[in-house]
Amino acid sequence: MQYIKYINNKVGKQNKCIYLLALEKHFYYIVSTVAILLNGEVLMTEQQAMLSPLTILDKIKENNVTHVIYLPDSETNHLFIAMEEDPNIEVITVGREAETMAIAAGVIVGGKIPVCLVQNTGMMESGDSIRGLGLDCNLPIVMIIGYRGWTRWGITPDSAARLTEPTLNAWGIQYYLVEHDGDADRITLAFQTAAATQKPVAVLVGDEYHGFNRMNLDEERKIIKEG
Amino acid sequence: MINNDDLMAEIKKFRGKAIAIPTMTGSRGWLDSSEQPSRDVSVGGAMGKASNFAMGLALAQPDTKVVCFDGDGSLNMNLGTMMTIAGAKPKNLIHFVLNNGYFSVTGGQPIAAADEANFSQMAAGAGYAASYEFDNIEDFAGKVEEIFTAEGPIFVHIHSVPEIQNEPIGRRTRDPRNRSTNDAIKDLRKELGTL
Repeated sequence: MQYIKYINNKVGKQNKCIYLLALEKHFYYIVSTVAILLNGEVLMTEQQAMLSPLTILDKIKENNVTHVIYLPDSETNHLFIAMEEDPNIEVITVGREAETMAIAAGVIVGGKIPVCLVQNTGMMESGDSIRGLGLDCNLPIVMIIGYRGWTRWGITPDSAARLTEPTLNAWGIQYYLVEHDGDADRITLAFQTAAATQKPVAVLVGDEYHGFNRMNLDEERKIIKEG
Repeated sequence: MINNDDLMAEIKKFRGKAIAIPTMTGSRGWLDSSEQPSRDVSVGGAMGKASNFAMGLALAQPDTKVVCFDGDGSLNMNLGTMMTIAGAKPKNLIHFVLNNGYFSVTGGQPIAAADEANFSQMAAGAGYAASYEFDNIEDFAGKVEEIFTAEGPIFVHIHSVPEIQNEPIGRRTRDPRNRSTNDAIKDLRKELGTL
């Protein structure tokens, strides 16, 4: 809240917007349009809308997913709770991300539709399973990947974020960036692409609901000053 | 110690229409025994993930028995799979580990803690529905029917005779029956009607 107060004090009314979004009766998210300031001037704003966990769940269901194979991270708990409450989806928790890819491969061969839900760090940990089973065996594994460290303004201190897209490009894996609810159809596009190409496809979730791009403002200013 | 050929001969008697997912040493033994290659997928070079693949298959085909022949080195690479399988509870999965104490296909280097660790105790501790351990074929032959009829996930720890391969992989001649994982997956998907 201190962060939002700081922004409210520094930015004109036209630039500030606070949304209170209720997701079911016990989930409340406060999302703000955040301005990046330098010497009191607005340089640019970060994302102005959010991606709801329920939107991701809707897209998962829309694409007839039967099994969500998943390693939690701290910011996906609300999605996990929503999935657990859905009787049509089997949620499988693993001990290490690479397991998700091999389990998904087996689910596909068995005739069902999986999705792997991991963070970008876990995607990198899964490299050999993505290569050996997903790519070499032509299996349409859709990976929804939390884009830890994602920023919209080009300065990306987190190597997990800096290396995510280069890694996917090196593997030749098509990917789609989803930042807010308006991008949600890209999740369906990812399933369509995977089915058409019979290859793994990634959805990168670069959104504040994951919390990955909530940096301390002082750190951001320092980075800008240091170039 | 149990000879792989003897082990596979006993298993074959109760296989029925089970899908077999062997890897490493298990692939060599099963290849000589199986009479239903379209229901076999040898998951080579999966870095310990054959059991995960088998688990996914078992969950997607709950009315079909799925049997994984894991290696001790493979399982050691991915011990977390035991907790994943125990948590997912695929009732139709039988997870064998052929424990000979060595990385057999890379020349016979010892597995870490080969003399200290016990896979069957790990599986029991992880929460498999049942866990067995055998070091002679007679005892196994007396229990194999129970293993194939019990509700899973079942873990079976086999103390097996090492079959070390010293030839570098690049110089080995591929057995024509040993299809690539990609081809074997295609065949199985055709067999199951999921392609």
